[in-house]
Amino acid sequence: MNINEYKDIYVFTEVREEKVIDATLELLGEAVRLKNGRPSLDYKVVAVVLGNHEDSLLDTLGHFGADRVINLRHEGLKAYSTELYTTLLNDMIETDKPDIFLVPATVLGRDLAPRLAARCDTGLTADATRLEFDPENPESPLLYVTRPAFGGNIFGTIINETKRPQMTTLRPGVMEMSHRDTNRTFEVEKRPVSIENIEDTVRILEVFHRDHMAVDITKADIIISGGRGIGNNFHVLRECADILGAEVGGSRAAVDEGRIAKDFQVGQTGKTVKPRVYIACGISGAVQHLAGMEKSDYIIAINKDPDAAIFGVANMGLVGDALTILPLLTEEIKRYRERPY
Amino acid sequence: MNIVVLLKQVPDTTEMKIDKERGTLIRTGVPTITNPDDLSGLEIALRLKEQNGAKITCVTMGPPQAESMLRELYAMGADECILISDGKFGGADTWATSNTLSAALSSIPFDLIIAGRQAIDGDTAQVGPQTAEKLNIPQITYVDEVIALTDKKIKVKKSLESTYEIIEADLPCLITTLSSAAKPRYMHVKKIHEAFAKEIRLITFNDIDIDPSIIGLKGSPTKVKKTFTKEVHKNCDVLVLEPRESARKIFETLLDNNYIGK
Repeated sequence: MNINEYKDIYVFTEVREEKVIDATLELLGEAVRLKNGRPSLDYKVVAVVLGNHEDSLLDTLGHFGADRVINLRHEGLKAYSTELYTTLLNDMIETDKPDIFLVPATVLGRDLAPRLAARCDTGLTADATRLEFDPENPESPLLYVTRPAFGGNIFGTIINETKRPQMTTLRPGVMEMSHRDTNRTFEVEKRPVSIENIEDTVRILEVFHRDHMAVDITKADIIISGGRGIGNNFHVLRECADILGAEVGGSRAAVDEGRIAKDFQVGQTGKTVKPRVYIACGISGAVQHLAGMEKSDYIIAINKDPDAAIFGVANMGLVGDALTILPLLTEEIKRYRERPY
Repeated sequence: MNIVVLLKQVPDTTEMKIDKERGTLIRTGVPTITNPDDLSGLEIALRLKEQNGAKITCVTMGPPQAESMLRELYAMGADECILISDGKFGGADTWATSNTLSAALSSIPFDLIIAGRQAIDGDTAQVGPQTAEKLNIPQITYVDEVIALTDKKIKVKKSLESTYEIIEADLPCLITTLSSAAKPRYMHVKKIHEAFAKEIRLITFNDIDIDPSIIGLKGSPTKVKKTFTKEVHKNCDVLVLEPRESARKIFETLLDNNYIGK
């Protein structure tokens, strides 16, 4: 493998219900920043998308930062298949030789990326939260990939010096997407592919929506989160959240104790959230939790323990019992809303 | 029916201590546990055995002390336990690990391989799919329930962000399981005694046919350049107020920023 033949930054496009998911748009934003930070490499940002999609979807990728869109087209690619996608992307990697290949760390991305990396016999870093080119060598295309490990207790920076592409999955909700710019110029290449010779023995028989997933806490403006200190009193948080139009989240401890469903877990092994206001109630602030919420615009922490680690990331820290304070806050808001003038 | 379960002994990450000076983990004194997603995989295998009959082989790769985990797996009901262990395998990334695992698995009969979705130390979720690829068998990841298993096929429920999928695959096949898929049973008192007498088969570098350049730390394409911990800086005063004053303070902040509405 001559690694000098490899160039450009490729981004895998995940599509759900005929829309490009936010996590892919975030990767395009990150790819543009990487490219602009090292102009001497003369790299392009290339979005790869499989399936017979409308032009408007392909254009979206250009508007969010792709210099080129490669669309592998076949009517049999409507639903994701590990084997079809791996085979087709492996073929594309052999011919196009991308230096960097980024995949969103979604369920689909974490099914596809390891399979694909194993087929290309290249290295793969999982669920990264930070990317940069080798900071010590200003001309180098070597990617420094930083990711949390050991439950968020420690961070590691991973490099791959010997194999290409440099592949990584990136945690959704961490990178910033660029603003949509409909005036950007970009190329679209529609590439018909054949899938007739690919043997796929896995069949999706049925797909159904999870009813309790009506709420997506990553989209909430305000989150009130509870930890071990809340015990079985999450209803107190919910009452306050309802009147504020907020959503309720929980720490891993609360989820492990069965106080709140896993879908609402904030942290390293749950969701990464960036609301405008995050109110942490009875959460001690384990690194694993902080990893999922520290980028919130404004953090209010309530904890009985004045030395709780959560105060280290808070903008407002209040020592006290959240179960006493929250009902008073709810009352205060109600009184304000019902004021006579 | 031969079911192979892949498991890993991991440090209990909720008990982790950090050397802040060096940015490394303090591993001594940290208790080890069987990775939770993997235990769920074993529980699924045990239930499938109870329904249909099967031989369950538990396989782990790790240092010699992983034997203590395998004894516990015997006590839960495993039929055979295998330890893949050799200094040459150590320090491997997921690609090199899957090369070793798949080479070792080629000498072990299987119809179905069950692996935990991800280990709580590395959190990569990569070894399962990469082992399936190296064995050239299909994979189904993020499995929340095994619905049916016959000699030829498996049918499962896969859990995605906002949907479930019912998926069927031909055997042999590898699935990765979520810890929510099945609550692991306790060890059986009688089997705990027997577990110490049972044999643990050891597979070393000399027992498998593999190119030494694709295993262990040296064979790993990804390398850890550095590790560090995050410094937490205090950026606010921590206030001790009467509960009503605390509530008032939050209220005013929300009001000033237009979150209270009309």
